[in-house]
Amino acid sequence: MTTSSGQEESKKLQLYSYYRSSCSFRVRIALNLKGLDYEYKAVNLLKGEQHSPEFVKVNPIGYVPALVDGDILVSDSFAIVMYLEEKYPQHPLLPRDLEKRAINYQAANIVSASIQPLQNLDVLKYIEEKVGPDAKIPWVQKHIGKGFAALEKLLQNHAGKYATGDDVFLADVFLAPQIHGSIHRFNLDMKPFPLLSRLHEAYMQLPAFQDALPENQPDFPAT
Amino acid sequence: MEGSKAEEGNQTMKLYSHWMSSCSRRVRLALHLKGLKYDCINITSVGDPELLKVNPMGYVPALVDDTTVISDSYAILLYLDEKYPQYPLLPQDLSRKAINYQVASIVSSSIQPLQNTSLVNYIGEIVSPDEKIPWAQYHIRKGFVALEKLLTNYAGKYATGDEVYLADLYLAPQLDNAINRYKLDMTEFPLLSKLNKAYSELPSFQQMLAETQNLDADKIFGLVKKLAA
Repeated sequence: MTTSSGQEESKKLQLYSYYRSSCSFRVRIALNLKGLDYEYKAVNLLKGEQHSPEFVKVNPIGYVPALVDGDILVSDSFAIVMYLEEKYPQHPLLPRDLEKRAINYQAANIVSASIQPLQNLDVLKYIEEKVGPDAKIPWVQKHIGKGFAALEKLLQNHAGKYATGDDVFLADVFLAPQIHGSIHRFNLDMKPFPLLSRLHEAYMQLPAFQDALPENQPDFPAT
Repeated sequence: MEGSKAEEGNQTMKLYSHWMSSCSRRVRLALHLKGLKYDCINITSVGDPELLKVNPMGYVPALVDDTTVISDSYAILLYLDEKYPQYPLLPQDLSRKAINYQVASIVSSSIQPLQNTSLVNYIGEIVSPDEKIPWAQYHIRKGFVALEKLLTNYAGKYATGDEVYLADLYLAPQLDNAINRYKLDMTEFPLLSKLNKAYSELPSFQQMLAETQNLDADKIFGLVKKLAA
């Protein structure tokens, strides 16, 4: 567990996070982009700590990531990011233009509804048990591939330096962890996805993204 | 399916929809609440060329508002709420607003994608046909357990108070699926059951949900298989 400097304890945001969770990764990026200090509270999803009495007391539904801002508790990465966007408007994560905003919402939801749920721990464990250990990777790659193909089409006419233009927005916050995980955890062949590959390279240059990487979190396992 | 006339000389919005899709239903409920006229174009097969022309990703629902094309129900709903602010889909209070986003996300990310018929059919193929219903029920139940807890301190007549908001647009179609398609035992979900009853008393919701009330799961799986063939 790490505490960051520069903010009074009572006012500090707390983020319950797991280093490897791409949903937690999204929120870490958003907090970094907005320059928000937070206290990192590790919850080991592999060990089932989200069901522990301590965590359930904080967040009765047991979901990670969860953000505590004074009296307010928000879980779910999209809800957290939208909450942060409204409460801490610095470095807006949504463009002003309504149509561009809609593209951001679409990209974020292709990741959060069409891709990520198919690769969560519970689902992968089921596939491993019911189909076989060799079925896990093909299963994940199939669903990521489908979502990535849709994203390539969606962003074709909108991408600039980043997903929807030359500024980092909501779409990038959701894309960056998904692309990173697909490459590093699931060995996805990125050749069919040239735009997403290019975006990945751009994200790797961003301090807000680098600081949020799984290997830079306090609960990343020491080798 | 609804047809409608153009409104005040503006191009009528078009909604590409699938009659069984709970994602399409969310959008149709919102359009109704906001009093927005639209042409509902029923897509009957995956890869429908008319849909692909408008939306290369082939996703439904897809909304065409003049030159703007948006797919994904969450994106459509937030777009509609910003462009047509009558009947706001989100409460002003930040905490209550966040609860609405959470409910929408729990349904759209944790439940719906894992119980949609094409995925369930796929599970039937790679594991066993007997696993289809248990798989769907498992994931719906998991999400419902979270929702039941989350809404405890917020629900009024509806999910997050006494007005219909975004959360309700997500819950109503999902509850319908859970109860009528997958026959989930709702005993452990008194709050969600109460909400389902409240939705059943709203004419707009009833109209939207009436279509598949009597179809059981196997019929639906069979229909989806035919559509995907």
